[in-house]
Amino acid sequence: MADTKSSVFNVKDLNLWYGDNQALYDINMDIKENDVTAIIGPSGCGKSTYVKTLNRMVETVPVVKTSGEIEYRGKNIFDKNYLVEDLRTKVGMVFQKPNPFPKSIYENIVYGPKIHGIKDKKTLDQIVEKSLKGAALWDEVKDRLHENAYGLSGGQQQRVCIARCLAIEPDVILMDEPTSALDPISTLKVEELIQELKKDYSIVIVTHNMQQAARISDKTAFFLSGELVEYTDTNTLFSTPSDKRTEDYITGRFG
Amino acid sequence: MALINKDTVSNKMSGRILKNKIAKVIFFIATIIGLLFLGALAYRILTQGLGSLDMDFLTGFTSQSPDRAGIKAGVIGSLWLMSVTAPVTLIIGVATAIYLEEYAKRGRFTRFIQINLQNLAGVPSIVFGLLGLTIFVYIFKTGEIVLAGGLTLGLLVLPVIVVAAQESIRSVPNELREASYGMGATKWQTVRRIVLPAAIPGILTGGILALSRAIGETAPLLLVGAATAIFTLPSGIFDPYTAMPIQIYSWTKAPQPEFEYVASAGIIVLLVILLLLNSIAVFIRNKFSKRL
Amino acid sequence: MDSSKNKQDGLSVSERIEKNKQSNSSTAFVEKLVPKLLLMCATLSVLVTIGILYTLLSETFTFFSEVSVIEFFTSTHWNPWRDSYGILSLISGTLLITVTAMIIAIPLGVASAIFLSEYASDKVRRFLKPILEVLAGIPTVVYGFFALTFVTPMLEKIIPGLSFFNALSAGIVVGIMIVPMVASLTEDAMGAVPNVLREGAMALGATRLETTIKVVIPAALSGIIASFALAISRAIGETMIVAIAAGATPKFSFDPTQSIQTMTGYIVQVSTGDVSYGSTIYYSIYAVGTTLFVFTLIMNLLAQYISRRFREEY
Repeated sequence: MADTKSSVFNVKDLNLWYGDNQALYDINMDIKENDVTAIIGPSGCGKSTYVKTLNRMVETVPVVKTSGEIEYRGKNIFDKNYLVEDLRTKVGMVFQKPNPFPKSIYENIVYGPKIHGIKDKKTLDQIVEKSLKGAALWDEVKDRLHENAYGLSGGQQQRVCIARCLAIEPDVILMDEPTSALDPISTLKVEELIQELKKDYSIVIVTHNMQQAARISDKTAFFLSGELVEYTDTNTLFSTPSDKRTEDYITGRFG
Repeated sequence: MALINKDTVSNKMSGRILKNKIAKVIFFIATIIGLLFLGALAYRILTQGLGSLDMDFLTGFTSQSPDRAGIKAGVIGSLWLMSVTAPVTLIIGVATAIYLEEYAKRGRFTRFIQINLQNLAGVPSIVFGLLGLTIFVYIFKTGEIVLAGGLTLGLLVLPVIVVAAQESIRSVPNELREASYGMGATKWQTVRRIVLPAAIPGILTGGILALSRAIGETAPLLLVGAATAIFTLPSGIFDPYTAMPIQIYSWTKAPQPEFEYVASAGIIVLLVILLLLNSIAVFIRNKFSKRL
Repeated sequence: MDSSKNKQDGLSVSERIEKNKQSNSSTAFVEKLVPKLLLMCATLSVLVTIGILYTLLSETFTFFSEVSVIEFFTSTHWNPWRDSYGILSLISGTLLITVTAMIIAIPLGVASAIFLSEYASDKVRRFLKPILEVLAGIPTVVYGFFALTFVTPMLEKIIPGLSFFNALSAGIVVGIMIVPMVASLTEDAMGAVPNVLREGAMALGATRLETTIKVVIPAALSGIIASFALAISRAIGETMIVAIAAGATPKFSFDPTQSIQTMTGYIVQVSTGDVSYGSTIYYSIYAVGTTLFVFTLIMNLLAQYISRRFREEY
């Protein structure tokens, strides 16, 4: 596949420490537009830390230090003047466990648009419908938009979180093991949804499930002990890995 | 079709971030106000009180004339009060906590006792004074003596000790109990030899904090008849008494303005004693928390 | 280990344990006695409540055999030395103190809680929290002294016509005293809000402020409101600060610059004066005490109801 697509993220020599423990070592990685990029690796390999660095959510842990650069659309996100709120508006995130707010489904979706200054009721209604449709949830919840989101099943809650993310029309969606807390049927629905979403969004997904990475991604990156071991087309990585450690991992010799 | 106008969103961004920064400063200032108040209080009381604080003040009785007034009767009286309050409240409080945590079934009665304790903790201290006045001073006809004051304070701080003891008993790992039962120990043996020793630092810390609350209490003692002016020391729990906060109160109310300095000196003594008690509590907590 | 070493009188350890068990009937007795003793102690706290209720009600009953209930609850004149007992003046004094205290305690307490829970770094929090706790541990007589000798003179410079004893100064200081309580209960409630909700909001580009106001506070609301109810109860029952700094002139008025008297202040005034046991004035402190008790009990129950009924589930 020829790389004619433009880059969303350009990661250069990224290192990251939690206090004195280094968690990421010299990561260099190009993430392309409208790709689904999967990040795989054994637990504790830094894959979750890595994806949370892309929208600087990792900084909610106070002892985190970084070096190197991450360029998002050509601008270094670690730059002093770069507004982290601005970054997160464009780079949305879906978390490991569904985390809807303890509010109605409707309020969950309009939270983002509202804080960004959209108050017009008609627009908000349209946003809710569009986002829920985008998250393949509209038909299931359209009659109970004003009920508490906690009354939904886990899979539906996770799709509310995806809809909440779509509502501010991001450019990139980061997903941190979005199906790890879900049952197989909900997992399938979310996977189908990701296939739909890649038409409009660039997606970076962390998964502990290699089959999932193989099913849904265009490119796959394999992390081990904080290092990026291999990053290439998903088909290539799973059929002919170039690194011995990748091969060991995908053939199930460890992890 | 985009429903969100990206330009508007970016334009609003800097305003929102500014709001956040301003809010942070406001929240910080609000937090600091308490600190400033504490600083002003400490400064004021030290500058006013240190001048009157000498050996004569510590070893003298109160007096009509400000330069001869002393706090001896108050300090000794407060110590006598604690000699009643501490054992009574510790024994009953810890026993209640053991019962609730180790013996009681999780039923209506237990819940009732818990809710009752919660409500007792919210009863104003002066109402405990009314209780002590009727029950001890009049019904049991103790008169206005150390015993009545000490018991009243003991009932007042009982909920504090129960809650602290419950928390520290609850934090003893269940594995320890199981290990003891596993060797054929009975329930009381387990509680006495395993649970209580492990919970004692927490219980002591809570107990000291409860006592420091009791030592600073004024209102209930006014009701159960602590004397404001007294010129003999109590020699037992059946004697009349005064207490530090009572003396400070009477100096505050005294007509001569010079008593302000005497009151300040008294406050210094009271606060130093509270500080000592609290340091002991912190010391116990630190010393034992390392072991667990 | 050589088992013969453990033998005494030709018995092994297990045989001796067995023998002890048979001879030691006191163990079984203790096992039965202890729970009963403990239960007795636990019941004592219930007896205290019963004692309070009995004391308050029986003496109040005596009081109302001498004074009309209707006068007590509707008259606005309180002058026991001239036989007028209208508790509304004491209630208005209490309300004045409570409202002033809440105007100080709620904003400062909530703002401190937000700062400590959402903004402050661990280091700053570890420094500031103990200071707030010290503030909570200072005896109220000290606060009263400070209100009278420092806060009032300071306010006199700003507000001309402020009387020497006044509700404003006492109310402000009661408020400051309650700040640590509101702050720590509110912080607990906010701390119980799971971090994933904060992350959810911030991942949408929300600032700290937007996360706090629109996600954390709504999620913690019941705990926060409950802390207000407890704070109100505390202000209603506060005694020494008002007895020292607010004055002893019962009046049905809502002017905070004037000398007033609260319910607690009245009880102190009577108990430190020369009132003989069994006089109407003596019984009046129980009637006032009962009213005070009912007010604080309602606020405490309200707090418990709010935090139980609206307990948030995340």
